[in-house]
Formats: sequence, structure tokens, C-alpha cells
Amino acid sequence: MTAIIEVKALRKEYPKLIAVDGIDFAIEKGCCFGLLGPNGAGKSTTIEMIEGLKKPTSGEILFNGVPMNSDFKKVAGIQFQSTALQDFLSVSDNLTLFRSFYDRHADLQDLIADCDLSSFLEQDASKLSGGQRQRLLLALALVHDPEVIFLDEPTTGLDPNARRQFWALIQKIKAGNKTIILTTHYMEEAYLLCDEIAIMAKGKLIARGTPDTLLAQHFGDNILELPTAALGAYQPKETHFHKGEKTEIYTKDMNQALRGLIDSGIDLTHLKIRSRTLDDLFLELTNKDTEEKVHV
Amino acid sequence: MFSRIRTLIHARNLEFFRDRASLGWSVAMPFFLVFALALAFYGDNKPLFKVAVYQPSAEMTAKLNPIFGLEHVHFYTTDNLQRAIDKVARHQTDLLINLNPSTASAEQGYWVNIDSPNGYFMEKLLKQVDPNLKRHDTENHPIRYIDWVIPGVIGMNIMFGALFGVGFVIVRYRKSGYLKRLNATPLRPVEFILAQLVSRLFIVVFLAVVIFMISKWILGFAMNGSYWLLLLVTILGSLSMIAMSLMVTARVSSEELAGGLLNMVSWPMMLLSGVWFSLEGAYPPLKYLAQLFPLTHMLDAVRAITIDGAGLADLTQPILVLSLMTLVFIVIGAYAFKWSDD
Repeated sequence: MTAIIEVKALRKEYPKLIAVDGIDFAIEKGCCFGLLGPNGAGKSTTIEMIEGLKKPTSGEILFNGVPMNSDFKKVAGIQFQSTALQDFLSVSDNLTLFRSFYDRHADLQDLIADCDLSSFLEQDASKLSGGQRQRLLLALALVHDPEVIFLDEPTTGLDPNARRQFWALIQKIKAGNKTIILTTHYMEEAYLLCDEIAIMAKGKLIARGTPDTLLAQHFGDNILELPTAALGAYQPKETHFHKGEKTEIYTKDMNQALRGLIDSGIDLTHLKIRSRTLDDLFLELTNKDTEEKVHV
Repeated sequence: MFSRIRTLIHARNLEFFRDRASLGWSVAMPFFLVFALALAFYGDNKPLFKVAVYQPSAEMTAKLNPIFGLEHVHFYTTDNLQRAIDKVARHQTDLLINLNPSTASAEQGYWVNIDSPNGYFMEKLLKQVDPNLKRHDTENHPIRYIDWVIPGVIGMNIMFGALFGVGFVIVRYRKSGYLKRLNATPLRPVEFILAQLVSRLFIVVFLAVVIFMISKWILGFAMNGSYWLLLLVTILGSLSMIAMSLMVTARVSSEELAGGLLNMVSWPMMLLSGVWFSLEGAYPPLKYLAQLFPLTHMLDAVRAITIDGAGLADLTQPILVLSLMTLVFIVIGAYAFKWSDD
């Protein structure tokens, strides 16, 4: 696979802040790349530098092996988390307007069908529901059949049903061998859609790889979840966290952990067993876990 | 309830006082207006009447001494008789006196616009000094004040439509992130600016034409020149003021700051460009300042067409000045333009 975008020693400084601190990564063509991180980690600044909306303080961004220039906007489709559109323009008017900015065009009827816009095509864009609006914004990002698509928290604020519809739409775009760069706070979304993720914190890249590889690298254990009251005075040997009324026990040896619980006469009626998720990885890496760690 | 209102007042005050740019203009703007107006209308005894005197001689000064000593009358000398007559006709001067013995006797006497109330009073005073002075009317068909002021009112309407209709929209687009979204496309600043310019131009000129035609039909004011030339000057004047608005708001993302800046431009233009009254006899620096405003050149050209029937050749200077201003404003606006406030 060849890298469509390469970021080398990218840095962005403001007078009192280093927003991005010399990061490197490459994105392969046709890949869905997830850039994750807590608020203020520098991911939006990184994305906006790649999009050409902000100038880096130093470093280099290559597109297809050559330094990026203003022509990149012709092949990039961008959906911001929230974008105001012109008042009193219908969905159809907005599509026409944004199509006019490009020389290359996607088939409009296919786009309307793919983004499911046909039922409100003549409706004022300012009166759309959250899901409809996000689908329109995605369609505006796709009007010119871009090679690279940036999706900035595209499902924030959507209800679960609308979010799943949106995921299906993104998977359809992925199937067309488009390169997608996604930022999201929903780890479930990143796990489902992304082929590769990178996690940023304090302007630096702190992890990068496929979701499963990263989970295997950082954990390799499972979690037993029990009501704290059911444990009584029992202190598990394994690492465990009290999370209010529940306690989570982290173990690489499930048999031994279960045996310890059974031998101590713990009631396992409400026992839940789950694998590690990207949420766990995110919290682990970004030091956002504020829960009380009682034993390592 | 009062607690909630108090909290809301506090929140709004914080918003206002922490927006330093807006705060600065809110404080600076009144000072600017106070001092600008004070400069424009300095002195307690602003003249009520303006009288031009053509090439005054010692003999004439002695003869007219009783009225030269009057307060509240501003006398000024002129060396161009025809131009001075035109100013009487245009209500820019209330009376013109020529008692210079070196001029032909047919040209001696005084000129007054029979439609001017101020001219009427100055004529009465002059007759007290010498009842035999020969009276000249300004022309066969005297120009009424309405003929002079209507182009000014329409010009002012164009100015407000151009400045505020474009400036605030741009600021709103920038603040809402719409411009940032456009920046993510291959659209260039100059393309965006030109589109806004042409769109607003159409609206402003269309409205001006409608207002002009209806006013002309109802009020029947003077129109002695070419309608096509009038349209050309209106388009150029509108273009320059729209471009000025785009330049002023090229980097602004606060409506309050934009309001301050646009007021700072529009108020002096309204006061100094000759919308309501002529700057004849005003301090020379104010006249020079007025030349920096596109509205001044547009109104001069429009009145030359409607009142004097001026042709294209007579209007070369204002047309060139308005074109140049438009070009300069667009270039600066495009160069300074910011898509977002990041």
C-alpha cells in the first residue's frame, strides 16, 4: 500500500501554547484513519493543517509524495462538526452552490440517493433535523467525488439510530476505496469504522496502529465486573477498581480469577465478563481515568 | 426573578467588556464623532447665510460696508463668476454680488435663486443698502432645494445599503463558521468578494433606480442629463462603497466592532459628502477630507447630471476617482481578507 498523506515533524505553535508538537504519521490510500484524543490534544489543529486551513509552524505534509499545496482542496472533501449554511437556501440550493466550486463532480442523483436526501431536497437547510443536517453536510463534502474525506466528529449530537445510519453511509463510502480521516469522541465509532487509529495527547502522538493491535499491545486481559457489595471483605489479587457500586477486576488468567472468587464464596449471579475496548485504551493512554486505583 | 435578570445583565456585561475590540470602538466612536462634528461645525456663531462676492474692490467694500458688518453671514470671495452663479443655482450659496466696475455692466448686480428662502432674506438686506442694484435670476428654470437634495438622499440610501448590507453579512458568515467551510473549497477570497460585490450591487442599484423613478414621478425633480450616464455613475458609486465595506470588514468577526467601524465610515460620509448641505465655505481640511469619500464624488457627479445636464466628458474626473477607489478597496479587501477568526 502507498501513503496518500504523510505528516513529518509537524508542529504548530501559538504565543503561549504548543498545539502540535512534532508529530509523524502516514495514511494509506483507501484507509479509514481515526485521529483520537481528549479535548485540547491537538487533533483539530493537526487536521486543519492537513486540510490546508492552518499553516504549520514547521514540518511537512505530503500528498501523494509531494508537498501539499492549495490544489489539495480540489480533491479533499471536508465535513466540519458544525457548519452554518446560508440562510433561506434549500438542500438542493446548497448542493448546487457547493458543486459550482469544483471542476470535478460526483453524480448528483447518486449522491442524493446515497445520503438519503431526496425526501427533503427542497426544504430550507436551516430547518433540518440533526441527522438530516449531518447527511447534507456529508453530501456537500462529497459533491466533487473527493479522494480524501475529512470527517470531524460527524455523529456528535445524533441519536443512536441516526448515528448507525451515518455509520452505514461512511462504510459505503469506504467501500468506494476513498481515504477517510475521522475524528471522533465515540470509541465504538472508531472501532467500527477505522482501519487504523492514532491517539494524541498534549500535542503528541502517543499510540498508533489498528484498533485490535493496540488493544492487544496495551492490555491482553479481560474484565470481570461484580457488584462491590457482593465482594464483601474479599480483596482480589488482581488489579481492580471500585467504580461506585461496581468493582472491575482485570485479569489475564480468567480461570484463576474465577477460582479465587468461587473459593471465597462470592455470589456470581451478577458477574459480567467483557473484553477491553477502545474506551479503556483511550482512558489508559490519555490519563483520563479518574477512578480510584486500589491495587496493581 | 430579579436575581435571574441581574445574572443575565452581569453575563451580558462580561461579554461586552471582555470583547476588547468592540469595547474599544464603543468608547472611541463617540469621541471620534464628537470631535469630528466639533471640527465640522466649530464656533458658536455658525453662519446662517453664505454670500459670494466676485472680485471685491475697495469701492465696493465701502459701499456694502453696512451688510459686510452683519453677524451670521459668511462672505467669501470668488474669481469665477459662472461657477459662483452655478452655486447660487444649486443652493450652495445664498447670494452672489458683483459690483466690480471692470466687468461689463450687464454682469454687475446680484444673483439670487428665487426658490431659496435664504436668498430672499439676503436680497432684502442688500436692497436696504442699494435698492437700485440689478437683479439676475440664476437661470431660466431655477433649481429648487428638492432638486438638489433628492440625489443626496438617494445617495445616502445607497451608502447605507452598501456599507451595512455587505459588512454585517460578511461578519455573520465569519462568526458562524460559514466562511471557514467555504475556505475548505477551492474558492479564492477575491472570487468570494467579487460575488458579494456583484450581488449587493444589483440589489442596491435596483432599489436606487426604483426610488429615483417613483420620486421623480411624484415629486418631479430636475433631470437634465442622460439616464444612462446617471446609471453608470450610480453603479460606480455603489461599487466603490460596497468595496469599501468589504475592505473595512475583511478581518472582523464581531458584529459590535463591525457596527463601530461602519458607523465610523458612514457618519462622516453622511455629514461631509454633501447629502443635506453644501460644504461651501467650510474649513478647507474638511473639504479635503470629504474628497476621500466615494459618496462625495458620486453626489457631485449625480447632481452635475441631474441639475446641469453634464455629459460623459464633464464627468471624467469623478468616474476615474470612483473607479480607482473601487479597485484600491477591492485589492486591500482581498489582501486583508480572513476566512475565519482562528
